[in-house]
Amino acid sequence: MKIKKTEIKDTFAEAFEMYGARVIITADTKQWARAAAASMTGFATSVIRCKLEAAVECEIPDEDTPDGRPGISVLLFTMSSKTIAGQLIDRIGQCVMTCPTTACFNGLDSEKTVTVGGKLRYFGDSYQISKVIDGRRLWRIPVMEGEFLIDDRFGIQPAVGGGNLIIFGSSKNIALRASMAAAQAMREVAGVFLPFPQGLVRSGSKIGASYKNLIASTNDAYCPTLRSISKETAVPEKVEAIYEIVADGLDEDSIKEAMRRGIYAAADKGAMLITAGNYGGKLGKYHFYLHEIANGKKK
Amino acid sequence: MSVTHLKLHTQPEVPLETEVINPTVFASLSQSGIEHLNVMHGNMKCKLGDFFKVTGKGATEIHIEGDLSGVKLVGAGMSEGKITVDGDVGMHLGVGMSGGEILVEGSAGDWVGPEMSGGRITIKKNAGHMVGSAYRGQSTGITGGEIFVHGNAKNEVGSAMRRGLIVIGGDAGDFTGVNLLAGTIIVLGVLGIRTGAGMKRGTIVSLQDAPMLPSFEYSCTYHPLFLRLYFSRLRANGFRRKIQSQHLSGKYKRYSGDGIELNRGEVLLFSS
Repeated sequence: MKIKKTEIKDTFAEAFEMYGARVIITADTKQWARAAAASMTGFATSVIRCKLEAAVECEIPDEDTPDGRPGISVLLFTMSSKTIAGQLIDRIGQCVMTCPTTACFNGLDSEKTVTVGGKLRYFGDSYQISKVIDGRRLWRIPVMEGEFLIDDRFGIQPAVGGGNLIIFGSSKNIALRASMAAAQAMREVAGVFLPFPQGLVRSGSKIGASYKNLIASTNDAYCPTLRSISKETAVPEKVEAIYEIVADGLDEDSIKEAMRRGIYAAADKGAMLITAGNYGGKLGKYHFYLHEIANGKKK
Repeated sequence: MSVTHLKLHTQPEVPLETEVINPTVFASLSQSGIEHLNVMHGNMKCKLGDFFKVTGKGATEIHIEGDLSGVKLVGAGMSEGKITVDGDVGMHLGVGMSGGEILVEGSAGDWVGPEMSGGRITIKKNAGHMVGSAYRGQSTGITGGEIFVHGNAKNEVGSAMRRGLIVIGGDAGDFTGVNLLAGTIIVLGVLGIRTGAGMKRGTIVSLQDAPMLPSFEYSCTYHPLFLRLYFSRLRANGFRRKIQSQHLSGKYKRYSGDGIELNRGEVLLFSS
């Protein structure tokens, strides 16, 4: 199928089950909330080496945060419910508690919860104070500035990781412009985040390598420089650059909506071809078919 | 939801003990069954119907009309439902309450919510002594729940309180939070003397300055962020006029005490 002059390949993105948490960071100013969020979501692009995927979901106006201050929502996903608590404790402890004026709240109303503030409280060395406000237990941990306020428990839920689009351009600039427009459109869907820098990946990977013990290596099928020598090449003539956008989300529908918006935004900016990455459907639980998504109704 | 209405038709000459006025007790009874519930009028065993006109059958919501200032133990042991008193009510309101809600449109006598562990009591006017306190001889007071008094309260608010929230919209008497073990007491008006005497842990907040015992030490003046969460909630529960934006974002003087005990309690007094 075609949208404007962009060909949409008849294929699907293969995504995986992950576990997600939503953390609300508040601070005296937006700048401090952003600083904490940036620190917390650093080195969190791919579970392959980072053990966690995370990014800012959105900024939250003062009136909608628990303490009435500027806030930022951060989504953090891991491959297992067993590893998410440790990541939350480490990242909140090292990146949010350390950041001036911040507080940290659970942003996911879920039956399943993990203890986070209840572990970080020990930093208070017995001077910490617990408060139960409206059925919600919080910890006040004394710090050099005053107190760090954090929820005792954070909700976690099954989530979807690895929704993706692969966007081809006749030049690097066109591919970049189309991909950035797609990323911008995809980020606007609530519950979705793009873990890579500005949402884009230039070093898309395939499973395995010619080297032993390497679990992932460059996706030679999509490297323009290897078009003439890679047996797997999928780079058409006249394509100079390709970018991948990876989208993680709290549920299937939000990923689908993000991909739909991304497809149309990229087509609008002159992408030559849009496809998606999969492993033949054998590894991931979720299959997002591009034609079905592109024909879907706007939400 | 259906409501059982009680209307006081005979004023008791001596205190009337009505621990049977409890949504769980009413729930399975007919109108006649409710009228025949036993109450104690002094040392005389009487029927509820001897004092109240009952309308409606068993329901988990009870509405009571009349001057109940001589009626004790309303809502005792309550665990669910709602009781609304359209006037004043007597002592020991909601004793041992573990859930549900009691709303008093007038004032309440002494001992509001002693030994409470859950639920909420709201008094629209004033309350007597010992709001949310331990009974004499008991080492622990309330262990949960919320008590909101929109007017004034007398002495020993939250005595030996272990957990929960008590809010006094007006002034509090002497010995607020005496022997406090934990939990939070917020007084929007003026505190009496000897606040927090013997407290081990817990938090006492006032929007006014107060005289502190010498066994409390000043720590600093700072902005306790957690108060924003309490105050936002209280503003949504009828305290909006008394809690202004300066109280949400302002600084508080923090005193630690009581030095003769664990010294892990705090008194926070609004500064600016």
